[in-house]
Amino acid sequence: MTASLPGTPVPAQSLIEARDVVKSFGQTPALRGASLSMRRGEILAVMGPSGSGKSTLLHCLAGIFTPDRGEIWFDGRRLDALSEPERTKLRRTAFGFVFQFGQLVPELSVADNIALPLLLDHVKRKEAYEQAAAWLGRLELHGLGERRTGELSGGQAQRVALARALVTHPRVLFADEPTGSLDSLTGEMVMDLMVGLAREEETTVVLVTHEARVAACADREILVRDGKVFDPRAAEVGQ
Amino acid sequence: MSVPLTMLGLLELEPSHGYELKRDYDAYFGRGRPLPFGQVYATLARLARDGKVIAGEAEPGAGPERKRYVITEAGATEVGTWLAEPAEPEPHLQSVLFTKVVLALMLGRPAERYLDTQRSAHLARMRDLTDLKRGGGLLDVLRADYGLFHLEADLRWIDVTTARLGALAKEVRR
Repeated sequence: MTASLPGTPVPAQSLIEARDVVKSFGQTPALRGASLSMRRGEILAVMGPSGSGKSTLLHCLAGIFTPDRGEIWFDGRRLDALSEPERTKLRRTAFGFVFQFGQLVPELSVADNIALPLLLDHVKRKEAYEQAAAWLGRLELHGLGERRTGELSGGQAQRVALARALVTHPRVLFADEPTGSLDSLTGEMVMDLMVGLAREEETTVVLVTHEARVAACADREILVRDGKVFDPRAAEVGQ
Repeated sequence: MSVPLTMLGLLELEPSHGYELKRDYDAYFGRGRPLPFGQVYATLARLARDGKVIAGEAEPGAGPERKRYVITEAGATEVGTWLAEPAEPEPHLQSVLFTKVVLALMLGRPAERYLDTQRSAHLARMRDLTDLKRGGGLLDVLRADYGLFHLEADLRWIDVTTARLGALAKEVRR
């Protein structure tokens, strides 16, 4: 699926669209007219060399960065036109995030970390911790709820991060190099869980990775190069 | 690797005699295994029979008969089609990919697009193998892992080569 023209309505099957997005940091351009479209429930791998703009694209799609030019659409709404409080609320309620490092709060226990997004969303404490306990089970983290995050292995920490990202049942999961710090087997286990849970929850996933074996877990891939998106499917039909 | 198609590609670059063709083939693609003269002339005869090249009149001179071979439109189309279609994704494709990239650069064809298409074909195969792992037993997992790791190595080569295309083009263009 390719992006629609600027100003036109988003097709019903499309959940996320970027249209000709431009983003620079000072004099350095990061995105130079990036476009893409994702359908609901799709798992998309965003590949590309270091510095190509793939993480910037993820941050724009998630409403963390505002594009200098172009449009970001989410579920029929212009994300880039929302106010900062509106975008913050959307990120908290509709999006989940998993990054490579440093996303867990070290002062809190594993269960606290997973329950945190629910508590911030004013879910009652008892209910939040019950849900956190259920996610501990789904992520094969039984018995680790009381541990401090610093006591966890890399793979366990990423599974806790995944549980925290999914506990609010987000519409979209944004994952930036989620297995980048893990060995092959541990990374594979994390990816199996991520993909399996995303399918169960019908969560759309934007997966930034430079690892081909991780990208192979997605439904399809796009390549970001010099701030532009190369979509092999569009190339196949001569677009 | 396809010797006839590689020879056709070299003929698209410029018309050549058989011995010039062998010299260029050995220099760029022989990798220490020179092409026998017999194979060169037999291949040229087949290409001429199939309308992919035209053999000129025999030129006077000492030694073996000298004919200059010129690629036809059908031959050039075949080269273009071969370069554009991704190779079947399987481990150890390096020699085919290498030949396609170098020939594409020599001919001023879009090598980057070919590499992108090949990357996509590799990833599609890797998705199949990943699905096989999810649905299979440990023996399937081991078999799929072997393919995945080798395809991943090819992909790394594709990525690094893509980054080096500019420098590579300067080196192979004459």
